[in-house]
Amino acid sequence: MRFSGLKILKEGLTGNKGWTNHWRDPEPKQEYDILIIGGGGHGLSTAYYLAKNHGLKNIAVLEKGYLGGGNVGRNTTIVRANYFLPGNSEFYSHSLKLWEGLEHDLNYNVMHSQRGLINLFHSDGQRDAFARRGNAMINQGDDAILLDTEGVRDLLPYLDFEQVRFPIYGGLYHPRGGSARHDAVAWGYARGADTRGVDLIQNCEVTGIDISQGRVTGVQTTRGQISAKKVGIVVAGRSGQVAAMAGMRLPIESHVLQAFVTEGLKPCIDHVISFGMGHFYISQSDKGGLVFGGDLDFYASYAQRGNLPMKEHVMEAGMTLMPMIGKARVLRSWGGIMDMTPDGSPIIDKTDVEGLYIDCGWCYGGFKAVPASGYCFAHLLATDKHHEFASGFRLDRFKTGYGLIDEEGTGSQHNLH
Amino acid sequence: MRIPCPTCGDRDRREFYYVGDAQIINRPSPEASEDIWNDYLHNRDNPAGVTKDLWYHENGCNSWLVVTRNTRTHEVQHAELVTKLKGDGS
Ligand SMILES: Cc1cc2nc3c(=O)[nH]c(=O)nc-3n(C[C@H](O)[C@H](O)[C@H](O)COP(=O)(O)OP(=O)(O)OC[C@H]3O[C@@H](n4cnc5c(N)ncnc54)[C@H](O)[C@@H]3O)c2cc1C
Ligand SMILES: [Zn+2]
Repeated sequence: MRFSGLKILKEGLTGNKGWTNHWRDPEPKQEYDILIIGGGGHGLSTAYYLAKNHGLKNIAVLEKGYLGGGNVGRNTTIVRANYFLPGNSEFYSHSLKLWEGLEHDLNYNVMHSQRGLINLFHSDGQRDAFARRGNAMINQGDDAILLDTEGVRDLLPYLDFEQVRFPIYGGLYHPRGGSARHDAVAWGYARGADTRGVDLIQNCEVTGIDISQGRVTGVQTTRGQISAKKVGIVVAGRSGQVAAMAGMRLPIESHVLQAFVTEGLKPCIDHVISFGMGHFYISQSDKGGLVFGGDLDFYASYAQRGNLPMKEHVMEAGMTLMPMIGKARVLRSWGGIMDMTPDGSPIIDKTDVEGLYIDCGWCYGGFKAVPASGYCFAHLLATDKHHEFASGFRLDRFKTGYGLIDEEGTGSQHNLH
Repeated sequence: MRIPCPTCGDRDRREFYYVGDAQIINRPSPEASEDIWNDYLHNRDNPAGVTKDLWYHENGCNSWLVVTRNTRTHEVQHAELVTKLKGDGS
């Protein structure tokens, strides 16, 4: 089934009876060439690009719950390419380019909206840092415009410019940044992979990884044993547990990050905005809800919900920046399990077990990475070579200290990112 | 979330700074191998369930605590002074 304007019109006139399921619900086969563990954004995009770019057919994605029930459906949907360090910069730049062609590629409306991202700054030092970041973005071929206070006021007149504590000195404007509908990204990749013959197997938890003489041979699941030549672990917050099935300990601690949405309001916030003096970022969904979030709760957690202190902190930061949102009522809040690495950057690499690969460590920033991560991880799985845009995301960088990608410059240590 | 500090009693989570897995209090010897140091500094069991982690009571008695906690439920079960676990001066 292809989506088009004409199809919508026809269905609208004929009672919407012609829509079909977006993907099959197959029984797992005995054996696959490649198994992907985890049906989040990264697992689904990996399967899609394995089929699309590498022509591979015999692939399955094993998901313990339902597709898109993890972080991919829980994030605040910010998509941007404003990274600074080599290793990250080219990767996220590639990802944004994939985003820009994604809807046509998938024939799916992921509601990618390049409404512009503005990172505010509030001191001379922050301005210098953002000027430098903006130059790095331009050198990478992406877009960045340094705005002064008046420039910000033109775009965002409703901010509290007069406050003495955190005056707004300006902002780094990234016009190609924006947001997307997170579930639709998972669904679009799922449908694209399914159409190309990938089996998407839900309610199928991997409980063991079979290894024989240093080589992976398959997995144990709640739906029986499945053999495979290659296995990719793509389970975000659950990376530690799944890697442990292969006897690995990872440089990952799982933390909780919360997000919030208000009742639907008339359009009032046209961009994605981040506050430079309190961790706070906000955008408005197409339904009208203000979607916003802040920092981690800062303790290891698998609860998928957070505590009140961070909620209070996020609300305070929001009120400091834009008091106009104070009357909006918060409808819901939730949390996701973040796979935090010591340097805050991800891992796309082989493991010591032959045929076993891992893609993890996305911290709180892996939504924007969904296209490029799948693209580059598929390349690694199919060719055994690191893709040039993801060649820095090595697992051994922590041990050697060589090639750390500490984007925030805070040090490569757990709990600093 | 409240943490039962052995010196101060039940106190709000906001009074504490979180460090991470309590394995950090067992520092390897300077001569230990690269693998041991890598394991100590970076690799984690990262359990879903009961864990022990290190907290600092920075807005209280300034003690370091090993807290037994459930990462699935956020239930805090127990807190112990590091000095008591390791003896003074360690
Ligand atoms: C509140 C919040 C806000 C965020 N905001 C942003 C943002 O604005 N911009 C941005 O770029 N990123 C953001 N992120 C980060 C981003 O959402 C994640 O980095 C990314 O979604 C992680 O990759 P994923 O989609 O593959 O993870 P997930 O969707 O979590 O996928 C992992 C899947 O693996 C499955 N799984 C786990 N164990 C097993 C097993 N044993 N067997 C089978 N399946 C298993 C899980 O059920 C899950 O579906 C945010 C995250 C959160 C929680
Ligand atoms: Zn105390």
